[in-house]
Amino acid sequence: MSSPIKFLAQKHRKQTVIIAVIGSIYALSSWILNFDSFSGFTAVPKAFTWLGVNFSPTSESVELLPRIWQKLIETVALAVSSTVVAAIIALFVAILGSKATGINNYVHVIVRGIASFFRNIPLVAWAMILLFSFKQSDFTGFLALLLMTVGYLIRAFMEIIEDEASETMMALKATGASYFQVIFQAVLPQIMPSLISWVLYMIENNVRDATLVGILTGTGIGFIFDLYFKSFRFDAVGMTILAIIIVVIVLEVLSNQIRKVIL
Amino acid sequence: MITRDDIQNVSGYKKPQPPEKKIKLRKFNWSRVMIYAVMVVLLSVTGYTLTHLDTANVKIGDAIHGLMMTLNQIFLQPRAGSDGVMPLLSALGISLLLAIMTTIIGAVIGFLFAVIASRNLTNAYFGAIIRVVMAIIRAIPTIVWVLIFSIVCGLGTNAAILGLSFHSIAYLTKAYSESIEEIDQTTIEALKVTGSKFWVIVFQAIWPTIIASLVSWTFIRLEINFANAIAVGAAAGAGGIGYQLFVASGMSFDFHEVGFIVYLIIGVTILLEFIAVKLRQMYITK
Repeated sequence: MSSPIKFLAQKHRKQTVIIAVIGSIYALSSWILNFDSFSGFTAVPKAFTWLGVNFSPTSESVELLPRIWQKLIETVALAVSSTVVAAIIALFVAILGSKATGINNYVHVIVRGIASFFRNIPLVAWAMILLFSFKQSDFTGFLALLLMTVGYLIRAFMEIIEDEASETMMALKATGASYFQVIFQAVLPQIMPSLISWVLYMIENNVRDATLVGILTGTGIGFIFDLYFKSFRFDAVGMTILAIIIVVIVLEVLSNQIRKVIL
Repeated sequence: MITRDDIQNVSGYKKPQPPEKKIKLRKFNWSRVMIYAVMVVLLSVTGYTLTHLDTANVKIGDAIHGLMMTLNQIFLQPRAGSDGVMPLLSALGISLLLAIMTTIIGAVIGFLFAVIASRNLTNAYFGAIIRVVMAIIRAIPTIVWVLIFSIVCGLGTNAAILGLSFHSIAYLTKAYSESIEEIDQTTIEALKVTGSKFWVIVFQAIWPTIIASLVSWTFIRLEINFANAIAVGAAAGAGGIGYQLFVASGMSFDFHEVGFIVYLIIGVTILLEFIAVKLRQMYITK
């Protein structure tokens, strides 16, 4: 048994080593990336004063507001629809693939693999690959978000089914209910609240990601942002960012309230 | 003869009547109503959007055929292409370093803010202000942050580091302060009674209690930051593997190279996920 002093000394040494390792990783990275921490962080206040001056709304940018809103609402609708379609697909696949309701263990492993594959291909790659065949349209953005979201939701739904529905399922099976009765009377009602909660989370996420996809595929709010940004109309850029902030925060507050009621 | 009816009349016994109303099989609750309402709203938005979607008049059959050809090139015939293996690997390294560095910055500054912002530790008003500021920072997509900083610092890694760090700080502040708020109040009060200073409480009581969730949140953020580093490289030209991906798929249309890059990225993300799982197990068993 080690004495308290020895224990504290050991703890101290361990902490020092961890801090030293993290510090040296930081130093090494900033050296390789050519990042000067001091001038980097002093750029932050400079950036904000610059923002305050150039991003402040002008009469011209206020006139653009209806156009910005229209694109933003289009983007939100796109994020919502891609998430909902992804959720429907993911629910079917998750029921087929989960350990509790699935066909067998091979299917489980295959489904997990597919989900992980879709999740790990970067959104940028999906956007660029789809852009090549589907051209510059909202449909391309929709597909890119859809493919990415499917990967996340399959995994989430499978875990939800395994965690939450197993016991209810067992109870219903004991009464002699058929497979479909078990699915529709036990599994779906049981997992619905968590399912909706995940869908809301993915919608929030996809609204943010839709901006990125928009910049790459030339659609929605991302396109407008890129257009104003590259033509140096910073008052309009500021207006666009303000609109994005408002929509994202409203969505976050709304989905938190919904979550409070359903969970 | 005495009939059953007579007995009933004498004793005042009444035949049990069937209940007037049907027994309710479901209890009314707001949760169910809300779930249906949300589903109806989401499905109608989806229906409207999908029927009004602009598809740029692409013939779906041709597009899917083209997509299959591209996917075939990407996933079945990956090749390093004209860039060569080494430059791609070093670009991958740069993206990974970007992710690690911004996660370190985010974790350190995020922890400080989280301590200040947690409801059970500090002044409520000050905490509320920090939470609102962080919510606003989080609402702006990472790519937009990077583009904003690129105006001041010039396009490149500096802007990428600052932009990614900003979003990481805001995200980790929220995650950490939620973990801190889950701590049992008695632990903190016990230390306060002994007259411990604020930072002693933070590092002797809070830090050891939440270290497991701290580590797992930090690793989740590292994975997100790696994905963001790629996105930023592609959409803001901030260098790294993302930029190579953008050039290969959007300019030189070399899909064999895209495949190679995608496999590299998948390799790193799976590695990160593996490390995260192992670390979590290590801290949970401790």
